[in-house]
Amino acid sequence: MHAPYIARPTTVSVIMLKVLLALLPAIAVSVWFYGIALLVQLTLASATALLAEAAMLRLRGLAIAPFLKDGSALLTAWLLALSMPALGAWWLIVVATLFAIVVGKQLYGGLGNNPFNPAMVGFAVAMVSFPAQMAHWGMPHGPLDSSAQLAWIFSRELPAGLSLDAISMATPLDYLKTQLLLGGSDIASLKEAPMFGHIAGVGSEWVALAYLAGGLFLLQQRVIRYQAPLAMLAGLTTLAVPLWLWQPAHYVDPLFHLVAGATLLAAFFIVTDPVSGPTSARGQLIFGFGVGLLIYVIRVFGGYPDAAAFAVLLMNIAVPLIDQLTRPPAFGKRKRAKKADQHA
Amino acid sequence: MSGFLTALAIMAALAILLGAILGFASVRFRVEADPLVDKIDAILPQTQCGQCSFPGCRPYAEAIAGGEADINQCPPGGEDGIRKLAELLGVDFKPFDEGAIEVKPKSVALIDETTCIGCTLCIQACPVDAIVGAAKQMHTIIASECTGCELCLPPCPVDCIQMVPVGTTVANWKWSYPVIPIKVVKA
Amino acid sequence: MSTLSRFHGGIHPPEFKTLSNGTPIATPPLPAQLVVPLSQHLGNPAKACVSIGERVLAGQRIGEADGRISAAVHAPTSGLIRAIGPHAVAHPSGLLQDCIVIDSDGLDHWSAPSPLPNWQEAGNDEIRTFLRDMGVVGQGGAVFPTSLKLGVTTLEQLIVNGAECEPFISCDDRLMRERAAEIVDGIRIAAHLMRPRAVLIGIEDNKPEAIAAMRAACAGSGFEVLAIPTLYPSGGAKQLIRLLTGKKVPHGVRATDMGVQCFNVGTLYSLKRAIVDGEPVVSRILTLTGNLARPGNIEARIGTPFAHLLNWAGMQADNEGVIMGGPMMGFDLPGLNAGVSKASNCLIAKSRALFPPRPQAMPCIRCGECAKVCPAELQPMDLYWFAKAKDMGRAQEADLFDCIECGACSYVCPSQLPLVDFYKFAKDEIWAAEREKKAADRARMRHDFRQLRLERDKAEKAQRLAARATPAPERSAAPDPDKAAAIRAAMARAAEKKAEGGSTPAKTPLSDDAKRAAIEAAMARAAANKAARESAVSHAAAPGDEAKRAAIEAAMARAAARKAAQSAEADAKGSSDSAAGVSPAPAPKPVMDADKRAAIEAAMARAAAKKAAQSAAADAKGSSDSAAGASSAPAPKPVMDAEKRAAIEAAMARAAAKKAERDAAQKGDH
Repeated sequence: MHAPYIARPTTVSVIMLKVLLALLPAIAVSVWFYGIALLVQLTLASATALLAEAAMLRLRGLAIAPFLKDGSALLTAWLLALSMPALGAWWLIVVATLFAIVVGKQLYGGLGNNPFNPAMVGFAVAMVSFPAQMAHWGMPHGPLDSSAQLAWIFSRELPAGLSLDAISMATPLDYLKTQLLLGGSDIASLKEAPMFGHIAGVGSEWVALAYLAGGLFLLQQRVIRYQAPLAMLAGLTTLAVPLWLWQPAHYVDPLFHLVAGATLLAAFFIVTDPVSGPTSARGQLIFGFGVGLLIYVIRVFGGYPDAAAFAVLLMNIAVPLIDQLTRPPAFGKRKRAKKADQHA
Repeated sequence: MSGFLTALAIMAALAILLGAILGFASVRFRVEADPLVDKIDAILPQTQCGQCSFPGCRPYAEAIAGGEADINQCPPGGEDGIRKLAELLGVDFKPFDEGAIEVKPKSVALIDETTCIGCTLCIQACPVDAIVGAAKQMHTIIASECTGCELCLPPCPVDCIQMVPVGTTVANWKWSYPVIPIKVVKA
Repeated sequence: MSTLSRFHGGIHPPEFKTLSNGTPIATPPLPAQLVVPLSQHLGNPAKACVSIGERVLAGQRIGEADGRISAAVHAPTSGLIRAIGPHAVAHPSGLLQDCIVIDSDGLDHWSAPSPLPNWQEAGNDEIRTFLRDMGVVGQGGAVFPTSLKLGVTTLEQLIVNGAECEPFISCDDRLMRERAAEIVDGIRIAAHLMRPRAVLIGIEDNKPEAIAAMRAACAGSGFEVLAIPTLYPSGGAKQLIRLLTGKKVPHGVRATDMGVQCFNVGTLYSLKRAIVDGEPVVSRILTLTGNLARPGNIEARIGTPFAHLLNWAGMQADNEGVIMGGPMMGFDLPGLNAGVSKASNCLIAKSRALFPPRPQAMPCIRCGECAKVCPAELQPMDLYWFAKAKDMGRAQEADLFDCIECGACSYVCPSQLPLVDFYKFAKDEIWAAEREKKAADRARMRHDFRQLRLERDKAEKAQRLAARATPAPERSAAPDPDKAAAIRAAMARAAEKKAEGGSTPAKTPLSDDAKRAAIEAAMARAAANKAARESAVSHAAAPGDEAKRAAIEAAMARAAARKAAQSAEADAKGSSDSAAGVSPAPAPKPVMDADKRAAIEAAMARAAAKKAAQSAAADAKGSSDSAAGASSAPAPKPVMDAEKRAAIEAAMARAAAKKAERDAAQKGDH
């Protein structure tokens, strides 16, 4: 053992554990509104993630126990389960998790080496490969009881008299997009639809607030820094405000964008991922802002109703460049030599 | 038909013009590339020992650059040296031939001054003038200049020169590469 | 009242200072034997100036400063010099270094003190030489000879470092509490030399007693005592300068260039003791702490073995090794036989409870905590990445050498990585590579020069041979070998005279080169003499091959003599570019002057002649293995395609021999 002989007891496991802890409020709220389906998805994802991680570690000749204990695989699984539709088929979450862990994380070198957020990689793969399955979002306090939800997830069987349309519905983002594309009426009347609550989705807005609570806990614990979340929300607002002011009938209000969909989940749990994000404060501001802009652009002008995953993945690509350009000069030095750019 | 011909003419004219510009630029803005030999020579350890079968480091560098010699002929450079050469030349790393070349620890020559007869043969053999002395006078090695090439050993008629490995001192001691045990130790 | 700036980063490790700072500085009994390292400072080790068996008094100089960057060492007590040689020292490698071992006689007799009472009138240089000879060095950690830091005579701020930010250590704290007046006297001397506009004393606010004591001692002096917030590493020189003056001294820039200089309180104390009391540095304040029965601070004589001190303070049974220095930047002592040096500020006995092993190290997750705490404003995770991949170039580009190895990054690392170990590894590798590259460059230069010389000699030889092929009348003017020898002897004398005269004027301050040049010149002279003698002898022995050989040698000698004469003439004319005239090729060593070169050339000519003669002889005998004959001669490159070379040489020699034969025949005719 060499100097320093003393160290802060915080470990990677502690950090991951705190993040998992911060997700609990959102999970609780979700279960309250949508039933135990989410718990099933969480269990499936966790089991798949741990098994896949263990298998990959073994193949790579690494010690298994310390890496499973670090909690990073579990966190990926949870984030994935939270971003996928709770009523999705069991194999959907398994495939997505497998892809996230095996390709998104371990093939790049495992913990600390993945250039992309693994959960978002899994989500994007599921979104692109199974768009129909990914559109089945449950409705708050829907008609399925717990056992019916289980049956639906595992065998795709519905109780007699219920159709797929009766148990699922479009998300507000999806609904707005479709209706506006169809040349529908103005936003104000569209918001009369049953899936809208006070600000955004009728149940999902509460889940979003639970994410915010978890995020504030992480900030207070200094697990995450404020730059990336703040910049992301700022980026989103930067585009949302002027367009809304210009044509309020056609562009939904900024507050809706801030609460709807995966915005707050992404802001506090995805763009704050240290491994796939930039390290400097300035870099995190740029990164978060970029994600915010992209989310809005894809939501409003792109082909997908929600965009957190694609926005994050796109900005992940830019991280090495951001890191290079935002590296602060060393103590007392004015500016970094341009030489650093040669290695880009 | 005339449209086709016009297009052809324009394309041809463009091709000629651009070709001329490129040709001019390649002459006018020619960048003198660093001679490869110098780069290779910079990697070689400059022991001038001839173990590569060339008379010194530069001839070996020239031979490598000319494709006449392999990159694994320099024992004093060690495998590290081969690796650097491989990287420079964009070829695969190639280990030393089995048993052909013995890699020794860095040493310097030491003259046993009681045995030395002052024949000056070693002085003439030393490729870097690291031996001082005069005829019938005792010779001695300037240790800081000795490259450890061993070229002074064979000419010595009384075998009074021996190679002494350069030991580790507080001045040249190096911090070792930290070991982080996260790999499973395979039995 | 000055306002404080702040530096980036920093950490709040647990302090553990109360373990040792509650009791006054104690004096442990003298050990039976002391081990005084000769290298207790940055720069050249001191040269021992006593001999084994000699009796020394306390305070007597036993090692002299060697060169500018060095400091003297002194006998810490009276006794007998037992040994001078390699001994264990406090170094993480556990390697041995030269030490002077003294058997204490237990009497502790002191030599007469030699203070500098009139230091106010003394010149700057005088004081600095005095301090060097009193062995005063920086006691903050870098042990830089203090004499060198005092060279500046105008300064904006003089910084006094009483921060002592590392956990566990409390030696400066106790020193300031108990001997504040003497520290302030030391500051006065330093301020007298450096004339700063302000003197700022920085002390971390976790040492209120020390702050109070220093404020009291500074009353009326104009020196300002500033309480700085407790934050590791505020005691780093750059960090403290930043805190107190707002200036950031970058890596590679001297603090004095920015008008600041920083001294540790311990250094100023020993400076005062040396100048006012005439007491050289033979002791220092040292914290004994950690897993000990009686932790505290002591005034330890330099050279006291660590084991002696730790046993005195009560080593515990569950001790798990000893740290030299603080827990953030210290290192494990490889053994306890080494003696206290001027750099030893703290010994921490380890126990499992105090220093539990670090949790399992995990891969870096780029959380950026390290960058947040780095006082050098680096990106430690990048440095780690490069060092781990042994990408030294990029590590250097990422300002690896700005790292002060404070350990803050490693302290906060959630992956529990030994980051500083990686930086130390990378730095050492880069330094080693630099050394190797320098050595290789020097070898290349020397080799190139040698090649140049050999080729020139060969060319000259060929020229001479061509010249000799011209009609006889010219040849008749050629002097006979005896005459040549005489000329050579004269030349050698002239060269000698010139070498004596010419090597002394310092064309270059590098005395090393000059020395070497002188040696080479002497060598060459000797060689020339010998050649002359040999040629005379071989001339006498007439028959067969010998005649040929002698003739050739004579020719060589003549040519060399002519050449030497030329150069001598040129030199005598005072032509400044005589060197260029003699050797049109670029001379890699500017120190080499013409006479020396001429002498060397003469020697080379002789060697070449000998070789040619040998191979000619082999050829004449009709021996088929002429190649072997040639290569057995002292060829400069024996391994190289020897056959080709030998063939060429043999051919040349044959030509030479033929000519020589003709010469001999003609001479016989005359």
